[in-house]
Amino acid sequence: MALPEKQPVQKKFIDPVAVKKSISQRLVVNNITKIIFLIGLLFGLVVLGILLFGVVRDGAAWLSLDFLQNAPSRRPDRAGIYPALMGSIFLMLLIIPMIFILGVGAAIYLEEYAKKGRMTSFIEVNISNLAGVPSIVFGLLGLTFFVRNMGFGSTLIAGALTLALMSLPVVIVSSQEAIRAVPQAMRHASLALGASKWQTTFKVVLPASLPGVITGIILAVSRAIGETAPLIMVGAAIFIARAPEGIFSEFTALPIQIYNWTSRPQADFQGLAAAGIIVLMVILLTMNSLAIWIRNRFSKRY
Amino acid sequence: MDTKLTTKPAKEGAKTMNQPVAARQSVYRVNDLNLWYGDDHALKDVNLDIKQNEVTAIIGPSGCGKSTFIKTLNRMVELVPIVRTNGVIEYHGRNIFDKDYEVEELRTSVGMVFQQPNPFPKSIYDNIAYGPRVHGVKNKKILDEIVERSLRGAAIWEEVKDRLNENAYGLSGGQQQRLCIARCLAIEPDVILMDEPTSALDPISTLKVEELVQELKKDYSIIIVTHNMQQAARVSDKTAFFLNGEVVEFDQTDRIFSNPSDKRTEDYISGRFG
Ligand SMILES: Nc1ncnc2c1ncn2[C@@H]1O[C@H](COP(=O)(O)OP(=O)(O)OP(=O)(O)O)[C@@H](O)[C@H]1O
Ligand SMILES: [Mg+2]
Repeated sequence: MALPEKQPVQKKFIDPVAVKKSISQRLVVNNITKIIFLIGLLFGLVVLGILLFGVVRDGAAWLSLDFLQNAPSRRPDRAGIYPALMGSIFLMLLIIPMIFILGVGAAIYLEEYAKKGRMTSFIEVNISNLAGVPSIVFGLLGLTFFVRNMGFGSTLIAGALTLALMSLPVVIVSSQEAIRAVPQAMRHASLALGASKWQTTFKVVLPASLPGVITGIILAVSRAIGETAPLIMVGAAIFIARAPEGIFSEFTALPIQIYNWTSRPQADFQGLAAAGIIVLMVILLTMNSLAIWIRNRFSKRY
Repeated sequence: MDTKLTTKPAKEGAKTMNQPVAARQSVYRVNDLNLWYGDDHALKDVNLDIKQNEVTAIIGPSGCGKSTFIKTLNRMVELVPIVRTNGVIEYHGRNIFDKDYEVEELRTSVGMVFQQPNPFPKSIYDNIAYGPRVHGVKNKKILDEIVERSLRGAAIWEEVKDRLNENAYGLSGGQQQRLCIARCLAIEPDVILMDEPTSALDPISTLKVEELVQELKKDYSIIIVTHNMQQAARVSDKTAFFLNGEVVEFDQTDRIFSNPSDKRTEDYISGRFG
């Protein structure tokens, strides 16, 4: 065979001299953008730090075991957050199973069973839209539907249902994403062994997507726990001396208690509010750390 | 379906194995099978007769419909929503497209090994036990036995017997593929479909899988898609050559490779196209 013919020298489109010249300029832009992003990050962190510092400075002195165990009182030195704390915990315990069953169920249906089509994508778009609806609107819905129409009154269950409804869109969307992330090959492996669709979903898809699903649920619940507006709409009690005794009890929740204290003129109550915020924040940070831990610990690598 | 695993009689293969080739029973009889993906006519008038305890190789250039064909044999192809089929595929005399033929039942007797190893993100033990559990086996002793037998059957027992509770993702690609074969054996199928089972493997793992195929054909009927001519020649008894969705030639493997009757087959196996 003849040697390959020498190729005519091709014109080069990338000119090394021009590259050299532009490099220093590009690096300057690089550094400037880096500084801008750093400022962005610092701004957020500093503001957050100042807020935290303020809250801890005002509230730390009021934190005590008594504060956690007492009912609110007109006398600041005797006031506590026990009913509100228990109200929030009960709300959480009620919301989690509701959004787990409804949210994951809806996500499984949409991802695994529903025929992909215009109807399904219409529903999906609207679920995403619902995630952006202001929480007070869900409060209004809860007031008309659960409190009035269903006749629950301003009870724990009405509040829990309202918050669950509010969290559902976020849970559905995040569960859908977790389910979608399970490789198709897993489903095929299971189906090819003669497993039914439900067995495949329950034994393969769901376990594989569970870390993502649980993370989504925890984040949604921690958001719900910090909500005030919908609970005020459904008529959570502003002043209540006892923890709820059942799902049809009157109730209050931490954010409402905090809101209540901040609206008082006396400085002592401001301190109590700050202490309440610390308690709420500890709960939220714990939940979020739990979510991160679950994600890191159980996330599957395919 | 649940009692099947424990009560299934010994494989008919044991009887038919020593019979002359011509007398072997048909596992699949494919009659005028046509398949469309939307408007794309992917399988055209396919007619094939697949015998028990034989290895049937499917060869042909990329995109000619090999995967589509073997996925039709266990109706996995129906997972693609736009698929339409017509024609008849008789599996042991019964049309698999019959309305009352449950795919779950079909797929329990027809196992499948995929091109990419696809173990579940579970332990090695749970991977193998998955199929039997799905079909209702709960007894731990029986499961243990199935797991060991299947792993031995797939020639991977020695490598994994001390780490059954470890995640299957810790195995090498070749081991994962043999694990998937073992998982498929665990449902005690009658036919094993393999879609390019060695294309993601190194030569040594490939050799192991090929030896395994030889071993398995004593008890199972095997249909294997391959891009590798030597592999087809080494492992199969019959070979079908597909081109553009049609079966150009289907014959004894040695005939196909030594003296093909169609010019296109000859061109393909001598590497002139595809
Ligand atoms: N899910 C699908 N949707 C639409 N068309 C498809 C789909 N799967 C395969 N096809 C088409 O069907 C034809 C046959 O594809 P198939 O995957 O069966 O080929 P193949 O012989 O297995 O090829 P390869 O050797 O590359 O794996 C191709 O033209 C392909 O484009
Ligand atoms: Mg293929």
